[in-house]
Amino acid sequence: MIELDRISKFYNGRAVVEELSLTVPTGALCVLLGPSGCGKSTTLRMVNRLVPADRGTIRIDGEAVDALPVAALRRRIGYAIQSTGLFPHWRVEDNIATVPRLLGWKRGRMRDRVTELLEMFRLDPETYRGKYPHELSGGEQQRVGVARALAADPELLLMDEPFGAIDPIARDSLQGELARIHRETGKTIVFVTHDIEEALRLASDIAILDRGRLAQFGAPLDLLEHPASDFVRDFVGAQGIGLKLLSVRRVAERMRRGETAEGEKVPLEATLREALAAMTVHHASVLPVADGDGTVVGTIALTDLVR
Amino acid sequence: MPRPLRLAASPLWWTAVLFVALLLAMPHTGALFHAAFPAAKPPVYARASFVELFLSQAGIVATASATASALGIAVAVFVTRPAGRDFRAIADALATIGQTFPPAAVLALAVPALGFGPRPTVVALFLYGLLPIVENAIAGLETVPGAVREAAAGMGMTGWQVLARVELPLAAPVILAGIRVSVTIGIGTATIGSTVGALTLGTPIFDGLAGNKVPLVLQGAILVALFAIVTDMAFARLERRLRPPGAAR
Repeated sequence: MIELDRISKFYNGRAVVEELSLTVPTGALCVLLGPSGCGKSTTLRMVNRLVPADRGTIRIDGEAVDALPVAALRRRIGYAIQSTGLFPHWRVEDNIATVPRLLGWKRGRMRDRVTELLEMFRLDPETYRGKYPHELSGGEQQRVGVARALAADPELLLMDEPFGAIDPIARDSLQGELARIHRETGKTIVFVTHDIEEALRLASDIAILDRGRLAQFGAPLDLLEHPASDFVRDFVGAQGIGLKLLSVRRVAERMRRGETAEGEKVPLEATLREALAAMTVHHASVLPVADGDGTVVGTIALTDLVR
Repeated sequence: MPRPLRLAASPLWWTAVLFVALLLAMPHTGALFHAAFPAAKPPVYARASFVELFLSQAGIVATASATASALGIAVAVFVTRPAGRDFRAIADALATIGQTFPPAAVLALAVPALGFGPRPTVVALFLYGLLPIVENAIAGLETVPGAVREAAAGMGMTGWQVLARVELPLAAPVILAGIRVSVTIGIGTATIGSTVGALTLGTPIFDGLAGNKVPLVLQGAILVALFAIVTDMAFARLERRLRPPGAAR
């Protein structure tokens, strides 16, 4: 659990973060969302003290971040940034093992961990461990950047617009991978973005920031259905609110259990938006819904989407 | 390529061989120089061996450059830290003054304090060679991308670890280029130390100029030039080797 308790940050007398309080539960994927200059990055960087907070305290599992030596604190927190910051003179393997090496892990343990992480990110370990960052595509670099952040199995992962500079197709697959890794590892993740679609796709909780203050904090659906202010309404609903609602609801919520239909199977955990896309592609108004094993458990119809 | 072949294809190796050969063969070229310049006596510089002159000059340049490199890199590291940023302008100014001050003037001023011999030359070369080292080291450290430094700090590296593991290795080729310029200029400039009693390959040059003996001037000049060229080539090779695989080319 991470608690931000009335934190403020001033630059030249101007508050960039003001009296911000926020509690992120353990295992949550909390997205800090807002337009540029709203203080979301600064807030994130106050957690690992890359930016010192001027007022207030931040606690991780009840322990104030100021209580620890700064290097020790940071080695416990994974950190991934937009331009990856991979060390260009180190191979992928050494980049990923950065924190384990700082922590004095044994060589064999580091090697096994690198293999495990490369596999987790679907990069073939033997092909990739010896490459240098400049030999990787943008998407691959970003995978390595996130793998590096996870290397020492930190309890908390901070991500600052990690997919902001990648092409849309690579971004889509990375978002999918992050969602999967979050499910598999149960890590607490704080994720900064200005992209509402990305936030809706990934977040369990979204904190919307407006000029350094918390505008609203809640589940994605909450924000769409009950915006707390005009700012939140404008920001999350600026365009295509209907599609956004479809993208945060799952097929499982709307399906007709027990019925069957012909056609391309839609997974239970797919979003309604994905179901709509599948119906459009296959020119079908009803599609079968399948569980994880591929067994048909019901159907989803076009009319179910708009109920 | 097998090692002997690679050596044979290396311009550095051939130039180095030529330099050493000339260094050793010069005393035996009397007949040649006598034929070309019958008036000059002796036809070959003989008051000290060329090897001795070379070793003495190499020692002077190495001492001056090593000191300038150590101080220059230390200054560059200091002024690129948050705590030292304000001293950047002063460091630039001091290094520039060191370079604009003519080495001959430094020699003239240093002799009363340090006496005749190699020491005034070491001081003059040290001051003269500081600027390229400081400037390049600052430039090199500043080319390290901000994201890389931020990631290093964010991972939990201490300031020293960021410097030693990330910044210096990435800046190494640029820093070395500064040292290369400094040393190469130093080798040429060291010859004027002979006017205040330092033993260098410039000694035959000044003897020859004083006594109007062209062969001595030629002998000194050829060897100094080759010395500088071989050193420069050696640094170029070291620079290539130090260049990190992912660094800008």
